[in-house]
Amino acid sequence: MAVEAPPSPVVPNGRSVLERPLAARLPDRLLKWTLTALAAGILVLIAFFFIRLILEADPALSRFGVFGFAFDGNWDVSRSIYGAMPLVAGTLITSAIALLIGVPVAIATAVFVTELCPRRLRGPLTITVELLAAVPSVVYGLWGVFVLVPHLKGAEQWFGRTFDFLPFVGPDVPGPNYFIAGLILAIMIVPIVSAISREVISTVPVEQKEAALALGATRWEMIRTAVLPYSRSGITGAAMLGLGRAIGETIAVTLVIGNAPVIGHTIFSQGYTLAAVIANEFGEAANNELHRASLIAAGLVLFVLTLLVNVAARAFVVRGERGRRGGASAPLTATAGAGV
Amino acid sequence: MNPDIDTRTAATAPASGRFQRLEEKREATTPSAAGAKRVRLKGLHAYYGAEHAVKGVDLDFEPGKVTAMIGPSGCGKSTLVRCINRMHEEIVGARAEGEVLLDDLDVYAPEVDVVAVRRVVGMVFQKPNPFPTMSIFDNVAAGLRLTGARGSSLTERVERSLRAAGLWEEVKDRLRSPGIGLSGGQQQRLCIARTIAVEPEVILMDEPCSALDPVATLKIEELISELKLRYTIVIVTHNMQQAARVADKTAFMLSGEMVEFGPTNTIFTKPDDPRTEQYVTGKFG
Amino acid sequence: MGAAAIIPPLSSRRRRTDKAARGLLAAGTLLAVIPLVLVLYYLIEKGAGAISWHFFSTDPTGSFLGDPGGIKSALLGTIEMVALATAVAVPIGIGVALYLVEFGRGGRFAGVVRYFVDVMTGVPSIVFGLFVYITLVIGFGGSGYAGWKGSVALGLLMLPVVIRSSEVVLLLVPDALREAALALGAPRWRIVARIVLPSALPGLITGSLLAVARAAGETAPLLFTSAVVFGTTFSLNGRMNSLPIQIFNDVGQAQDRLVERAWGSALTLVALVLVLTLIARLFARRSRFS
Repeated sequence: MAVEAPPSPVVPNGRSVLERPLAARLPDRLLKWTLTALAAGILVLIAFFFIRLILEADPALSRFGVFGFAFDGNWDVSRSIYGAMPLVAGTLITSAIALLIGVPVAIATAVFVTELCPRRLRGPLTITVELLAAVPSVVYGLWGVFVLVPHLKGAEQWFGRTFDFLPFVGPDVPGPNYFIAGLILAIMIVPIVSAISREVISTVPVEQKEAALALGATRWEMIRTAVLPYSRSGITGAAMLGLGRAIGETIAVTLVIGNAPVIGHTIFSQGYTLAAVIANEFGEAANNELHRASLIAAGLVLFVLTLLVNVAARAFVVRGERGRRGGASAPLTATAGAGV
Repeated sequence: MNPDIDTRTAATAPASGRFQRLEEKREATTPSAAGAKRVRLKGLHAYYGAEHAVKGVDLDFEPGKVTAMIGPSGCGKSTLVRCINRMHEEIVGARAEGEVLLDDLDVYAPEVDVVAVRRVVGMVFQKPNPFPTMSIFDNVAAGLRLTGARGSSLTERVERSLRAAGLWEEVKDRLRSPGIGLSGGQQQRLCIARTIAVEPEVILMDEPCSALDPVATLKIEELISELKLRYTIVIVTHNMQQAARVADKTAFMLSGEMVEFGPTNTIFTKPDDPRTEQYVTGKFG
Repeated sequence: MGAAAIIPPLSSRRRRTDKAARGLLAAGTLLAVIPLVLVLYYLIEKGAGAISWHFFSTDPTGSFLGDPGGIKSALLGTIEMVALATAVAVPIGIGVALYLVEFGRGGRFAGVVRYFVDVMTGVPSIVFGLFVYITLVIGFGGSGYAGWKGSVALGLLMLPVVIRSSEVVLLLVPDALREAALALGAPRWRIVARIVLPSALPGLITGSLLAVARAAGETAPLLFTSAVVFGTTFSLNGRMNSLPIQIFNDVGQAQDRLVERAWGSALTLVALVLVLTLIARLFARRSRFS
């Protein structure tokens, strides 16, 4: 027995009552297209800036060649020679120190807060670590110059004398140096690395932890067997995000690194970074086109470097999430809160 | 059967004092199929915060036998079983009172280390949970490595466990491949192999087949029938047919209380308590 | 008794390793917390002395000898520039987040946008300053430094942060609410205006306040956009002072009184940022869906 479709309701002017009048549909359309335009605008903006950067850096890049600029070891303002190698080296050295000190501390904090500390302490500890991220860079720089540099000099000299035999260690300690810069960077990256590591570790399924405990594992053995291996990718991503942050940090570094455009021999030497040189020399470069273009080229290198590190980092964090829920990745949203 | 030399206990105990312990073992062990432990619950209460989940249970789990715990959802059977290897207290706010005796030793006694208890009382979980970053071999070896087993003795014990779990033939050529690459049923047998590798005396199984298909379930039930000869096995199940197939004795729980306990046959055909009869005939639950 | 025979005890080596590992992890956590304590301690010890009414009511004089002045223009400058940046970045940021959640969810375009926004959160703040410098200071307008250009740089910095945190909050609004309204025949714009935004409001405020706190503390983007000037200026059209820049300049001077002013300014800045962060957290607690 076939059932006939009911006749569609018709309104006097011939249109079906199910159609919405144009006036009602317009606001929706408007909203959608405005927001889409905004979103597209973001992409356009990024592309635009990238291109402008390249254009403005051109005088320097065409003069020295891209590789010449990046790998020349001389940054000599007085002789108008601009090679970025000391800057890149300084950036990498300070970032390496920052990672070596900051990542273990951050992971320890993340593990402690999620697995070991009493419940009541969890909130306060988390907030305390996040507050480290709230301190502005210039304040860290100020503190570094007037507190860290003088107070650590003695310890640095002792270390330099005692461990002189190690490569990159020496007894000469001018005030500001690579190590202090790296140390401050370490403090600054702990919040971001810790926040993401914490997120990643807290997603370890409880069944995994129970499996380890049920085999007769101590708390630490359970962490070693079930928690850390599971979180490996995510924690690596967190460390890389910390690296990205360290590479781009400007003000705190320029205040405590000595701003010497050379590649220092020991971790206690003075040096320079890409970001610091831009901040420092912009004033005097205002009228010198080549100098300015070189600084912008340094900015370009910095931009590309941080982009690469960030892209790789996010790939790691997402890989650590593979097989779980889709949508906005939970650990990555922690970066929004930590303000990175 | 020589109760003097129990190689399993000797292998897991530190070298010194071994002979003294063998002496003690002679008094402590009751004659049984293979030295597996008798588990006795005396007045066991379990709480989740203020919620009273297990209300004063007395129960006896015999070595060499499979005991099933049945009852409707939320009756406390899983909670009770998790008290035996002290996994219950891992949950925040959870605690237990009463005694859980392994051959006269209360696992809740203050001088007993909870980590040591879990070595002797193993557990297989509802959802197979092999360590995802480890190979098949490493999964089985995980517990053994904790006590420092290494080299050829380690390899040997891994093979033994995989054979005992009925998995050896299927995986012997791919021991290095990831544990999670196996099918559900194989993964559960891998977890069983991992559990028996550390040579426990008691094996607790919390609904081990509920996530598996019927074919895999049958394989595991066969496995349980083989394993019971060497261990004391407690299995929680919501599947009454499974209890009937696999268990020698069955305990029925309701709302935290032990309603009835006896040979499986009796429970299912001539139960004493009317509540038991209602449950096994499917009137609720 | 046969305790050891029944339950062989844990080897002391394992027990020691467990204790040591736990101790190490606790120590690491302590190491993370100590710098914060030290920074706050020194800020208060060295900065409290500089704080006075005079401090907040006079402009820096720019002279090396005599009275260095206070930080009035710096404080006002920061407030003005950050306010402008917020007024632009927050609506745009929430708008993009709305797009991602309400209209583009699951689409490829939205995925691309989200990806680039994510990447943008990692761009160093000095690079944003460079962007603005290139396009606005020496570029088309070529008009030199201005406060509003500093705002643009700060706004660019805030944008990805606002977008990401807003997106998270908007996603937390249960779809069931949207679907119920749709089933009743409500148009999208009304759902957004009447249901989504109000529910998400506390979370959106939290995210925005955190972005504001971040922007208030930034120095690098302002170095070559708003630059520095000593007198109080209300016009955003010319050079403008700001707290972070003031501190940065003072630190470089060898003069005691200037350094003391730097500590006082730093204390002020940190207090400002902490207050904003605290208010943000308060809003987070009141959010219905966190």
